[in-house]
Amino acid sequence: MTEPAISIRALGKCYRLGSINRHTLVEEVEHLWHRLRGRDPLQHMGGIGHSATEARRVEAEQRGTEQFWALRNVSFDIQPGEVVGIIGRNGAGKSTVLKILSRITEPTEGEAIINGRIGSLLEVGTGFHPELTGRENVFMNGTILGLKRAEVAARFDEIVDFADLGQFIDTPVKRYSSGMYVRLAFAVAAHLETEIMMIDEVLAVGDVAFQKRCLGKMKEVAGAGRTVLFVSHSMSTIMNLCTRAILIDQGAVSLDATPATVIGKYLDRNLVEGAVVNEVEIAARVEGGVSRGGSPYVRLTEIRLQDTQGVTKNRFDSTEPFVVVVTFTCHQRVNDLRIIVGITDESGIPFYGSQSTDDQSNAEAFYTVEPGRYSAACVIPANVFSDRQYFLNVIALYPRKEDQRLTKILKFAVDFKGYNPSIQYGCNDWGWFIWPKLEWKLGPVG
Amino acid sequence: MYRTHIKASRAWWRIDWAEIWEYRDLLVLLVQRDLTAIYKQTILGPLWFILQPLLTTVVFTLIFGKVAGISTEGVPQFVFYMSGTVLWNYFQGVLNHGAGSLASNTGVLSKVYFPRLVIPLSGVFTNFAQLALNTFIFLGFYLYFLLFTASGMHPNMGLFLVPLLIVECALMGLGFGLWISALTIRYRDLRFALPFLTQLWMYATPIVYPASLVVNPHWKYLLWLNPMTAVIEFARYAFTGKGSADVNGLSLSWFVTTVVLTSGLFLFNKVQRTFVDTI
Repeated sequence: MTEPAISIRALGKCYRLGSINRHTLVEEVEHLWHRLRGRDPLQHMGGIGHSATEARRVEAEQRGTEQFWALRNVSFDIQPGEVVGIIGRNGAGKSTVLKILSRITEPTEGEAIINGRIGSLLEVGTGFHPELTGRENVFMNGTILGLKRAEVAARFDEIVDFADLGQFIDTPVKRYSSGMYVRLAFAVAAHLETEIMMIDEVLAVGDVAFQKRCLGKMKEVAGAGRTVLFVSHSMSTIMNLCTRAILIDQGAVSLDATPATVIGKYLDRNLVEGAVVNEVEIAARVEGGVSRGGSPYVRLTEIRLQDTQGVTKNRFDSTEPFVVVVTFTCHQRVNDLRIIVGITDESGIPFYGSQSTDDQSNAEAFYTVEPGRYSAACVIPANVFSDRQYFLNVIALYPRKEDQRLTKILKFAVDFKGYNPSIQYGCNDWGWFIWPKLEWKLGPVG
Repeated sequence: MYRTHIKASRAWWRIDWAEIWEYRDLLVLLVQRDLTAIYKQTILGPLWFILQPLLTTVVFTLIFGKVAGISTEGVPQFVFYMSGTVLWNYFQGVLNHGAGSLASNTGVLSKVYFPRLVIPLSGVFTNFAQLALNTFIFLGFYLYFLLFTASGMHPNMGLFLVPLLIVECALMGLGFGLWISALTIRYRDLRFALPFLTQLWMYATPIVYPASLVVNPHWKYLLWLNPMTAVIEFARYAFTGKGSADVNGLSLSWFVTTVVLTSGLFLFNKVQRTFVDTI
């Protein structure tokens, strides 16, 4: 079969601003009245709200435009069996593509042809009814996703096995733990066996063991010759699973190539210049997190590199220690918060990392974090790094709830100064990632 | 091989019936779900299906029959009120289900696609199950009054048309439900106004009084413009021989039903395509 599985032509989605939030008749009348008088106070209050495209929308509104194109002139073909990752900053329009393809909303212009049944793992489990048992919900969910009852019945045992629910399958799902709930939901969706699969960030849920199983299932899906469209922030997952990646930027396709190329370009292009990452940039780049509108627990507000005197900079001598300052707002009490600082090379290979719990003398402070603004500082000691450029990763981990990752968010350079002034150094010639100051001894054998 | 063509401007009058048929299993499960989930964790459970119309009838009999003493044209009060209540409840049930079909399912609808019409359609069948149950109860009382009391009721050939009246109730409820559901997306006020409006509507329908009580020609005209009037009156006539078997009224009622249903389908179809963007 030579026909593409998905063929998208000049797809566009436009939201009209201002006209969105008038939900009551009174507001409508008010709007008419103000239009007659030539101004409309509600014009600037419209909101898509639930979507990450919000920031771009607000921007459009500030420019005074009436319309906001979340997506414009997007065209690409996906061949059967391809596993395609879609990446881009938050709000670039990735989810809008999936929403249109899964027919949740209609495009404003353009068209898409889909050959084959399309199944989606877009925020699974939403069709569950709390009063119904797991068994009833499996059937319900399966048919919502387009299966016949007989088809669900044929896969029922497999689904229950995968979800690992045992006898709880006949308990109303409102009595389930959130983990059980998600496992069941994912199990249903993963066993749909449609020709085309769309997956959007489901790995942010469940415990680690289950996430591994999900990843395994996705690999299996991807390897079984099915067409997969995969929206994720996790660059490593895209690297592992996909055969092709599409970068979406400002509602348009900006690059369509191998995952390695696209991810490389994406990360380079989005590297923050300077030594400070501000809140807006973090919101656009953060991966994972429970909800798209931002984490309900912890929101990272600033990442800053500075020396021990507090001078902000991104170029250090190898002989001076420096500090990574992570500022965040805690919205509700969080138990066992972990901040992880990691350093990678330009290809993203992580080789140096530290977690806030490592320092026992301060571990208690992170154990219960009350609502408020905090800054966590991680001191990177002197005499570790080699003569090259490094990239910073920051992860805020709230175990079993969420992890927010910022990959290759900042670049910094280290000038290697040498540990022994009487010697000419050549460490850079070898390309060592790190060149710590270590102890050497020489003694006669025997 | 499934082939889906997503296009920007599908005509507003295009409704994909074949697709809805494809999703018939979902329809069945939705009906099952609504029937099983609705009275879970209640003591009386499914007994409520029966109790609701019975209690309404008892209240009507007490207030409008005994206290207010409104005429029932010689028909036993219990039969008179119950016949109206059972049909009206079906109509109202379908209408309410349809009216909430978009607004109260936004969670699912913004995550998965399935033909949205399935939701209001499921209301037709869910409520039909209740109607069937209520009809049995009604027939019990009806036969008791007919056979064991001097009720003066004369069942007639009109009974053969009763299934048609039930179908009309369903279509009418669906039509108005679709309209309201589409409008609710734009005007949230309707959500609060709806219970009040349906109650008003019930009193504008000859349920607690016979249509013959309205003599003022203007009011009479209005009364018969209400499509439910002909349905209730004709059903009563079929069972009791009292009431009006007005063919003109029934034709008008079918006409209104057809117009409301067709326009409701189109409007709903247009709104459901992008309503996710505005919630």
